[in-house]
Amino acid sequence: MSMRAPASDLPLVLAEVRIVDGEVTILDRITLTITAGPPTILIGPNGSGKTTLLRAAMGLVPLTSGRITWGGREATTPGRCAIMFQRSTMLRRTAAANVRYALAAANVPRAKRKERAAELLALVGLGELGDRPARRLSGGEQQRLALARALARDPTVLFLDEPTASLDPYATKAIEDIVRAVSARGVKVVMSTHDLGEAKRLAGDVVLLHRGRLIEAAPAAEFFATPHTGEARKFIAGELLV
Amino acid sequence: MFYFPTLTETGLNAQSSPDPLAEELRGGDFRPAPQINPGYPMTGDVSALHLVLTGDPGLFAIVRLSLQVSLSAVLFAALVGVPAGALLALTRFPGREVVIVILNALMGLPPVVVGLAIFLLLSRSGPLGSWGLLFTPKAMVIAQTVLVAPIIAALARQTIEDLWAEYRDELAAMDIGPARRVVTLIWDARFSLVTALLAGFGRAAAEVGAIIIVGGNIDGFTRTMTTAIALETSKGDLPLAIGLGMVLIFIVILINALAWGIRHAGERYAG
Repeated sequence: MSMRAPASDLPLVLAEVRIVDGEVTILDRITLTITAGPPTILIGPNGSGKTTLLRAAMGLVPLTSGRITWGGREATTPGRCAIMFQRSTMLRRTAAANVRYALAAANVPRAKRKERAAELLALVGLGELGDRPARRLSGGEQQRLALARALARDPTVLFLDEPTASLDPYATKAIEDIVRAVSARGVKVVMSTHDLGEAKRLAGDVVLLHRGRLIEAAPAAEFFATPHTGEARKFIAGELLV
Repeated sequence: MFYFPTLTETGLNAQSSPDPLAEELRGGDFRPAPQINPGYPMTGDVSALHLVLTGDPGLFAIVRLSLQVSLSAVLFAALVGVPAGALLALTRFPGREVVIVILNALMGLPPVVVGLAIFLLLSRSGPLGSWGLLFTPKAMVIAQTVLVAPIIAALARQTIEDLWAEYRDELAAMDIGPARRVVTLIWDARFSLVTALLAGFGRAAAEVGAIIIVGGNIDGFTRTMTTAIALETSKGDLPLAIGLGMVLIFIVILINALAWGIRHAGERYAG
């Protein structure tokens, strides 16, 4: 994967973003600025709106009101961003063919796809499993393959929706190592998790959501050392936010 | 253990004279139809099994034509039905549910009704009469294509819609356009779509009502396994009917086994 200059698509700015589904308010006037740098981690309990926020930023969910801008431009989601879903769907092909498909979708010339696919599979530790049917890989391997597929877009911003949910510690560590490596290469990672430990291990910035509202957003060190809100203090203390 | 009527009992080996209707329909270009067991003696124990095991040329000419017609119909129906099913699976428009209900209902199209409709279309005074296709194998292919296409389209729609529910988010995230979505879904559903093709082939191979109307069951020209079985049974000529029935069942089992093998080998490879 190539090294990159700071992402020109950043900052990603959400202004008064509101998403309502029927009677339910999923995101309630979220205002947030995401800048280049270490990973931004969205934390909060289930149903807090983390997934919807990531999908909205990707342009996969229409906003009820508010706006999202990329690099100061109010435009559709730029091509140089990618998302990995919590439950990724593997295409009914081999692992390598899954990555090659994503490369083709990203308009990578056919002649370069095989080599790039091999690089990406090696990056996520699946170099030996390229010929295996993707759906026959283990859960952790499938998540790593989904990550390789997302990276095939050569993104400037990479959204990860709870990529380690339901993975064992070994598989979780493998994913976290890749996230660190990708982030170190200049890709802006925006990742959701409800695992406080994971947030501490990876975060440059932390955003706490609860019931669709943004409770607190701060650099990770500040957030964990001196949380400003009661919800943040409870969450950090391991108490249940209900 | 099994009883197979003999030629003596059935009178199967009575020499048939050239069919004047067939001759006229083919513009006088009449070729003698393959005769069933022309060399067999008038008496003896020639049975249905014997016809099959000895590779009787008349019987296998009928088998060959049946397969040509049915497989061609499945091919054409797939070329129309699979994309149509995919399109219906991926598009949303007012009245879509009604279209799906009608398409599903068309799976039960009565073959004789289809035969009659195609007959009217292709008859000399019909809108396509000038094509001169009535009572030819092509007319039979057209009739069976009309019968099979809704089956393949309806089953393809369901298969592809289910896969689309799985793939929707991923393909949207990869920014895949509509045309490429269709191709991706058809390709990834290809092993599941084998079932739709099998259902279509089953329909085509088993039906008699449509092809007997548009094909005319002309000996040596448009006679297929099913029309021959119907005819020979009505004549009381049971060995050929039974022989053809055995071959038909064998072919259906063979094709299903092949499809099963292809599907499972493919799933092992592609997941």
